[in-house]
Amino acid sequence: MSVVYLTRKAEFSASHYYHNPKLSAEENQRLFGKCNNANGHGHNYVLEVTVKGPVNGKSGFVVDLRDLKEVMGREVLDALDHRFLNKEVPEFFTAIPTTENLSIAIWQRLEPKFTAAQLHRVRVYETPELFVDFYGEA
Amino acid sequence: MSLKKYKAHLTRRYMVSASHRLHSDELSEPENDALYGKCNNPFGHGHNYMVEVTVSGPVDPETGMVCNLLDLDGFVHAEIRERFDHQNLNLLPEFAKLVPTTENLCIAIYEILKRGFKAAHLEKVRIEETMMNSFEYAGD
Repeated sequence: MSVVYLTRKAEFSASHYYHNPKLSAEENQRLFGKCNNANGHGHNYVLEVTVKGPVNGKSGFVVDLRDLKEVMGREVLDALDHRFLNKEVPEFFTAIPTTENLSIAIWQRLEPKFTAAQLHRVRVYETPELFVDFYGEA
Repeated sequence: MSLKKYKAHLTRRYMVSASHRLHSDELSEPENDALYGKCNNPFGHGHNYMVEVTVSGPVDPETGMVCNLLDLDGFVHAEIRERFDHQNLNLLPEFAKLVPTTENLCIAIYEILKRGFKAAHLEKVRIEETMMNSFEYAGD
């Protein structure tokens, strides 16, 4: 069976700031620079979700795009779009909402929802010049 | 989120504007012209190279990062952009004996990062010479 990879993009806008309460104010400032501003700042994030699987003989699909869109909307966009990540998204009450942790959190939200196809990669662009790929690797 | 360490890949894009001329001293003028075409123009020409650096490693639970972007940006600015940006590549020591194709630029930048940047594992360097063509080197 031929395995094909399918990627769906989405966009969400959110605000965040970086702060580790275990460290001093000076240490936070040194480590995180401008990202440490407690009032937050925002990005237009671009999310790319790649799933892989055999092409279904009847439909010709790896996955029904309507299902993928629906899962991404419900599990990720509804929770993150136009939110202050530190204050409104439970993962980031403790973890720092870096692009690395965002891609891991999005993976963890999506991965259990797939049955037909398999989640392959979550890519999150914070800006066009910075992105993180997560493949579920420990 | 648990404090378990996950491995992530981080990619940062930097612009380097430079000129070059593709020309091999080992070939005759007609051979150079046949091989390199417009790129062999004696006065050179330039590109906005988009240099993509990909590093990987465990995400540190204390910082949420594979490596601090300030460190990666600082290294790339000091060691790569300072060296190549707004330069004529043919006149640089790296290309004294090497044709400054984007393949060779990719390898040169990879080697600088591999030697000097120790904060995360270097996965690859990818360069877009124009919107239409790009080159990748992962140290193979």
